[in-house]
Amino acid sequence: MSVLDPRATPAAPAAPPDGTPPAPRRGRTGLFRALLANRKALFGAAVLVVFALLAALAPVIAPGDPSKINSTGASEPSAAHPFGTTAKGQDVLALTLWGARSSLLVGFSVGLAATALAVLVGMAAAYFGRITDDLLSLITNVFLLVPGVPLLVILAAFMPPGTTTVILVLVITGWAGSARVLRAQAKSIRGKDFVAAAVVSGERPLRIMFREILPNMASVVMTTLLGCVIFGIGAQAGLEFLGLGDASVVSWGTNLYWAGNDGALMTGAWWVFVPSGLCIALVAFALAMANYAVDEITNPRLRARRTKAPAVTEARAVTEVRAAATEAPAVNRKES
Amino acid sequence: MRYLLRNLGFYLLAFWASITLNFLLPRLMPGDPVSRMFARSQSRMQPEQIEQIRRLFGLDDRPMWRQYIDYIGDVCTGNMGISLSRFPTPVSEVIASQIGWTLLLGGTALVIAVVIGNLLGILAAWRRGGVLDSVFPPLLVFAGSFPYFWLAMGALYLFGMVLGWFPLRHAFDVGLSPELSWKFISNASSHLVLPALTIVLVSVGGWMLGMRNTMIATAAEDYITMAEAKGLSTGRIMFRYAARNAMLPSVTNFGMALGFVVGGALLTEVVFAYPGVGFQLLAAVQGLDYPLMQGIFLTITAAVLVANFLVDLVYVRLDPRVRVR
Amino acid sequence: MTSSFDGPVLDVRNLRVAYGGDGRSVLGADDVSFSIGPGEVFGLAGESGCGKSTVANAIMRLLKPPAVITGSVSFKGRDVLAMDPRELRAFRWREIAMVFQSAMNSLNPVLTVGEQIGDIFTTHEKLKKRHARARSGELLELVGIDPARLKSYPHQLSGGMRQRVVIAMAVALKPSLLIMDEPTTALDVVVQQEIMAQIGDLRRELGFSVLFITHDMSLMIELSHRMGVMYGGRLVELAPAKALFAEPLHPYTQALMGAFPPLTGPRVHLSGLSDAPRTAGGCGFHAVCPDDRSDCSHHIPDLREVAEGRFVARTAGGPR
Repeated sequence: MSVLDPRATPAAPAAPPDGTPPAPRRGRTGLFRALLANRKALFGAAVLVVFALLAALAPVIAPGDPSKINSTGASEPSAAHPFGTTAKGQDVLALTLWGARSSLLVGFSVGLAATALAVLVGMAAAYFGRITDDLLSLITNVFLLVPGVPLLVILAAFMPPGTTTVILVLVITGWAGSARVLRAQAKSIRGKDFVAAAVVSGERPLRIMFREILPNMASVVMTTLLGCVIFGIGAQAGLEFLGLGDASVVSWGTNLYWAGNDGALMTGAWWVFVPSGLCIALVAFALAMANYAVDEITNPRLRARRTKAPAVTEARAVTEVRAAATEAPAVNRKES
Repeated sequence: MRYLLRNLGFYLLAFWASITLNFLLPRLMPGDPVSRMFARSQSRMQPEQIEQIRRLFGLDDRPMWRQYIDYIGDVCTGNMGISLSRFPTPVSEVIASQIGWTLLLGGTALVIAVVIGNLLGILAAWRRGGVLDSVFPPLLVFAGSFPYFWLAMGALYLFGMVLGWFPLRHAFDVGLSPELSWKFISNASSHLVLPALTIVLVSVGGWMLGMRNTMIATAAEDYITMAEAKGLSTGRIMFRYAARNAMLPSVTNFGMALGFVVGGALLTEVVFAYPGVGFQLLAAVQGLDYPLMQGIFLTITAAVLVANFLVDLVYVRLDPRVRVR
Repeated sequence: MTSSFDGPVLDVRNLRVAYGGDGRSVLGADDVSFSIGPGEVFGLAGESGCGKSTVANAIMRLLKPPAVITGSVSFKGRDVLAMDPRELRAFRWREIAMVFQSAMNSLNPVLTVGEQIGDIFTTHEKLKKRHARARSGELLELVGIDPARLKSYPHQLSGGMRQRVVIAMAVALKPSLLIMDEPTTALDVVVQQEIMAQIGDLRRELGFSVLFITHDMSLMIELSHRMGVMYGGRLVELAPAKALFAEPLHPYTQALMGAFPPLTGPRVHLSGLSDAPRTAGGCGFHAVCPDDRSDCSHHIPDLREVAEGRFVARTAGGPR
């Protein structure tokens, strides 16, 4: 398409003799730079930072046990209790702030653990192929197909209650979708020439997987990580709402569980259930926005056609990619 | 045919895995949850009921392999024990009386979300950068960020409590009994609106964005350019050429989405006290009713698998390429 | 209708296609002018990315924003670039039809061949489905395919058959001009010959003009009456095919001809194309150009008529 460079064929990067991938580092720093220039990514990051700060500062802003009953029950938002109080007389603001700690902790733990599991399964399936692939794909698909909430319920019901159980159960139910995506991506990279070169040059499988393949799918790992965290936060809330969490821990999910149990809805105490739900939604939305930003940057076709400001950086990213794609083949052709 | 048989085999395998999981959980978990259950409810059980529960949860002396074979036999004949939270009704009867409402709610919401979501996605992709493409996605992603049950709580509070437009709980008014009359159907429909609406609201964004993205990828295909060169009308290109191809990934994703929507429906039922299996699941959790929990898990899994197979049948009609494969 | 029009079928003047308007625009075609007479086969040659397909798509107005088309495209005296969407839909395929590069990709995988051919008749001739089906069957027979294949899906046909189907679709409405964008590139040599022979037969029978696009110089010289050579979005040479073959005037044409083996004749050494990409300011080719052309380092010169019907892009003071 480009006249400036008629030979800009998107060929597979040629493998240097030593089998190192073509500059994966550049790809990653490029992604981060592009993220910094993306409005969605910035919005997402800002919201997450605010929530992380609020969670960290909860003991400072609302000292003491948030579950303590320190007021008359079910009072509307006031100066003393900006978010009102629950039917039991607990301060909703304190519950919300302290709830962020457990919800973010569980959400990010689940996200990291599930992504790690998914990376392992996906890469092993893609790298080893054949029976390993068939078997791992089969297991992945079974987990994908079995409906999540009922599975969560029976797992959580039989395991001893507690935060560890919640995390464990959510990882078990949450890794499969990511594994499928990562397997597909790793499989396409596995077929590239530089991986073949690495295999032929006798590198160990683990090294190839983590040094050659993984760096080239950084953006996909990133989106699955964000997706897993979203899942973790939402599913934890659902689990706790059903009463399957540890009801003594303060989290956004248990807040909603108690709100439902104490009949906040029927007594019209909207202030009891609104803050925690809104927080879950805001965090999930921020993560989703960051996710779309990564998607847009790595898949230019999805990008909205917008005016000047973002176009400059986007154009730069594209030229960089194109330059990377053309350098190697140009060298090749002269030799042949 | 091979495609269908292969998938059918896979679904059977998935169901077998679910049964096995169900079998292993009570036998392997630490802390002996089953004993706790017995301590709570043994006093009101008949000896043969105790015997049956013992059999299902492996509290007798048969060897493990024997228990396993018997368990599979029990499940396949619909013998899933006695519900403790609705003692002494058998689990299969409890589920049979409620699964219909869950299917109604989940099915209605799913169909509406899929149709609306895909249509919006098609239109958004066709008019890149238009109002639909720039305003809707962020809004729907935001709506999709809320937990199902929280949105349900909000809708119940706003439209049920404050505005009083819709009934607050259950699937039909007290005093009515399920029958095929206009009165009952309209009453049940009005009870269906809010729960279904919340599920649609949460899930429609995913369908829209998925469809939009595949439509954008499809629009770059040569056969779209060819269709344009042929001078076909925009509508025909959009639906017969672009959407017809772009919907294929949507259809294959349907299976996974199904499990997700069912999960959302279960939680939504809890909020609206909608008399489906989800609402019953809450009661089962609170009453440590393990037989019922496991029964619900297996039933919903089976329903999802069957639905997946039906989707496969449709898919074979839609994509000629899998027919030979 | 316009059949009484006696000028060229297609007249392209100063066609310019720019992509992207925000300061960083890329030219897909720059100041391209040529015309095609009734019944004439006009060839457009050049390497991949030189703008041949851009020109073809611009004529059919298939380019989408951010592509900006300027200049003029007139078809039998009608201004194609000024047509409104309705006129354009009626114009496409009835007046100009197109055979795309890859038949596999230009057929919709989920519709039968019959449905896709039938679409043309139901749209342009408002035929009922049953009649459209009968006409589609006749078309398949015209290109030597059993009409029973109407019920086949594209993936059930061989590559050659698919391309025949596409050609059948192209002549469905007996257009006056057929654009063929590398119609045989994806096929093996034997099938390629069959297809080209078939196109020749159809042309004699139906009398349409052809805009034939390829990077295969020997094939082009065999088939076309006149031809143009494109490089970097510009025409660098325009001449009767035989004359151009006998004596290519532009060094780029010479290089391009050296890169393909002739289908007939003695073995010759292939020289290959050089590797200098065109840069924003200059021709690019000037760096390796066998001639000394220092002025070309800034731009590709405009076409100049050097003999009757022969145009070459070169500066007035250049050698010969």
